[in-house]
Amino acid sequence: MSSDWPLWEVFVRSKGGLAHRHVGSVHAPDAELALAHARDTYTRRMEGVSLWVVPSKEIVASDPEQAGELFEPAESKIYRHPTFYDIPDEVKHI
Amino acid sequence: MAAASPVGVNNPDSARFDYLLRLGDDALILGQRVSEWCGHAPVLEIDLSLANLALDLIGQANLLLNEAGAGEDAGRDGDRLAFHRDVLDYRNCLLVEQPNGDFAQTIARHLLYTTWRHLLLQRLTQSSDRFLAEFAHKAVKEVAYHRELAAEWTIRLGDGTEESGQRMAQGLDWCWRFVPELFEVDETMQAVIERGIAPDPRSFEEDYRSAIGSVLAEARLETPPDQRPILGGRRGHHSEHLGHLLALMQFLPRTYPDASW
Repeated sequence: MSSDWPLWEVFVRSKGGLAHRHVGSVHAPDAELALAHARDTYTRRMEGVSLWVVPSKEIVASDPEQAGELFEPAESKIYRHPTFYDIPDEVKHI
Repeated sequence: MAAASPVGVNNPDSARFDYLLRLGDDALILGQRVSEWCGHAPVLEIDLSLANLALDLIGQANLLLNEAGAGEDAGRDGDRLAFHRDVLDYRNCLLVEQPNGDFAQTIARHLLYTTWRHLLLQRLTQSSDRFLAEFAHKAVKEVAYHRELAAEWTIRLGDGTEESGQRMAQGLDWCWRFVPELFEVDETMQAVIERGIAPDPRSFEEDYRSAIGSVLAEARLETPPDQRPILGGRRGHHSEHLGHLLALMQFLPRTYPDASW
C-alpha cells in the first residue's frame, strides 16, 4: 500500500526563528495526511513548532556525476572564508 | 451504582468516582484497542500514528483513574483500578470495546467516539470540579487531533475506491448502534450534571449529529439508519469482547503482581 503512495520530504522548525531542517521522509496519499504522518513520525518528542512537507519528486537534485566540477573547485579558495578579519570580542553570535 | 465499589451510594462523591471511572475506562479501553494495531497497521506511518493515538488515550486514563482512586481513598491507585478490576466493574461505553475489525472499522469507531469526547472536553473545561477542568484543558488538544485525523481518514476511505467506501460504510454500520449510549443520562450523570461537574450530554447531541453528518457527507457516505440502541456499558453490562481484551491487558500484572520495569 505505501508503495502506491508518493513520498514526501519532511522539514521541521525546532523553534521560532530557526530555519526548517530536513529530517526525513514519509509516505502519504496527499498533502494533509503527509503533514499528519510527519507530525506523528518526527515531532512526537517535542522536536518542532512548525512542519513543511514537500513532494519528493519536486526536489531538483544535483547530479552526483557532476560533483567534481560543481564542488571541488571551491576547495582551493580559502580566501572565500571570512577568517582573515579580527573580530572584536564584543561582537557575539558570529 | 457500582455494587463492587466500596463507596456507598450515600457518599456524595460516589457519583464523581463513577464519572471519573467512565471517562478513564473509555480512554483505557480505547487506548488498549488501538494499541492492538501496533506492528499490524497497513503501513509504517499508520502504525506510528495509531500508536500515538493509543498512548494519548492511555495517558488520559492514567490521570483519570489515579484521580478516581485518590478520591475514593480506599488505597487503589490508577494501576490498581486498571489491572485489578473485573469486567463487571468496568464503566466504559460499549463503543470503545468493539473489536478493531479492519482499518475502516477502527476509524469509524474513532470518529464516532472522539468527536463525542472532543465536544465533551470542550465543555468540561468549564467544570466546577477543578481536577476535571484542568484535565479537560490539557486533553482537549489531544482529542481535537484524534477527531481531525479520524475525519480525514473517513473522508479518504469513504470517497476513495469502491472497496474502501464499502468497508467504511460497513465499519460505520457496526458502530452506529452504540452511539445513543454516549448521550444517556442515568442517576450518576444526573448527579454530576446537577453539581456542575459535567455538562448534560444531550446539550451537545445536535452538534454531534451535525458534525458527524458533515464528515459523512464529505465522505460521500450515507448516515446509517438509527438502529435499536444497545446500552449497559456504564452499568457494567459489557459485550463478550471486553473480557477478552481485559484477559490480555491484565494477564501480566495479575500473574506477576510484583513485576516492575
